[in-house]
Amino acid sequence: MSVALVIVSHSVKLAEGVVELAEQMAKDVQLRAAGGTDDGRIGTSFDKVNDAVTELRAAGHDVAILTDLGSATMTVESVLDMLDDDEATHVRFASGPLVEGAVAAAVTAQVGGDLEAVVAAGAARELFG
Amino acid sequence: MSDDKLSLAWADAWIRGAQAVLAEHRMELIDLDRAIGDGDHGENMDRGFKAVVAKLDEGGVTDVAGILKVVASTLMSKVGGAAGPLYGTAFMRAAKAVDGDDVDSSGVVALIEGALEGIVARGKATTGEKTMVDAWTPALEAAKAAAAAGESPAATLRAAAEAAATGAEATIPLQATKGRASYLGERSIGHKDPGATSTAYILATAADAAEAA
Repeated sequence: MSVALVIVSHSVKLAEGVVELAEQMAKDVQLRAAGGTDDGRIGTSFDKVNDAVTELRAAGHDVAILTDLGSATMTVESVLDMLDDDEATHVRFASGPLVEGAVAAAVTAQVGGDLEAVVAAGAARELFG
Repeated sequence: MSDDKLSLAWADAWIRGAQAVLAEHRMELIDLDRAIGDGDHGENMDRGFKAVVAKLDEGGVTDVAGILKVVASTLMSKVGGAAGPLYGTAFMRAAKAVDGDDVDSSGVVALIEGALEGIVARGKATTGEKTMVDAWTPALEAAKAAAAAGESPAATLRAAAEAAATGAEATIPLQATKGRASYLGERSIGHKDPGATSTAYILATAADAAEAA
């Protein structure tokens, strides 16, 4: 089962930019941007994150989620709390610096890493110093 | 000792009252948040509670827990800042803590305790970090004392609201160590925390609605 990424940022542009950057090194990985509020303001959206996760799970992917700031992480944790226990084993938050973490996680997914490996890569700041 | 209990009508009046008060204090919360945060708290709370009231207007809610669940899910979806997941989780846990309808004084304590537990679980904050925990924690202590003394639900809520307001004022000299305000270090000292302030308003409207019931 391949691993997909959801990039959660307060900024629509930042989420899209991180996806753009990460996909350069991970052509076959499904990357979703979930940036900004429902109406495009600065902030994060429970529904945007939840929709991205639901869509990727429906397509058969495990999902790693990365965030830019603490309140984005709280939104992600709220989404994770609402998942059924079965689903929750397939969706994980990867804590780490967003840009480096996303690139490292995407590359790990590209070379066939499982969810645990992708999440670990996303959290491994020292990889890129 | 009062045996009057709070019901659906109270919860509905509370949340509608909170919407009005948060709309009225929108600029104040924006200014507080501009000083030590990103300035979105007033806007987010105003938008969030307006969306909650619109949802309540659709009808179909039959008990106190149902109202609190509508607040939780709507704030979670509609509030883009940290307040969305924090208040969303607070109201979700509060909904689970109250048993359907007819909230007595111990039910008020359970509601506030649930809300505080939700905020702590989501935000991983403790007291003294200049967050809404600094309003909810004294509110819970005051509610427990009032309920233990046999006060009515309305008086229990009033005690909680007054303690929350005092707790919010007491965040002024604190240095923020949680969230984005913590990046300001010592420069966060001298400002009232916006989340603790909105908490005090929300609890005050709960007491207002109970006294009017």
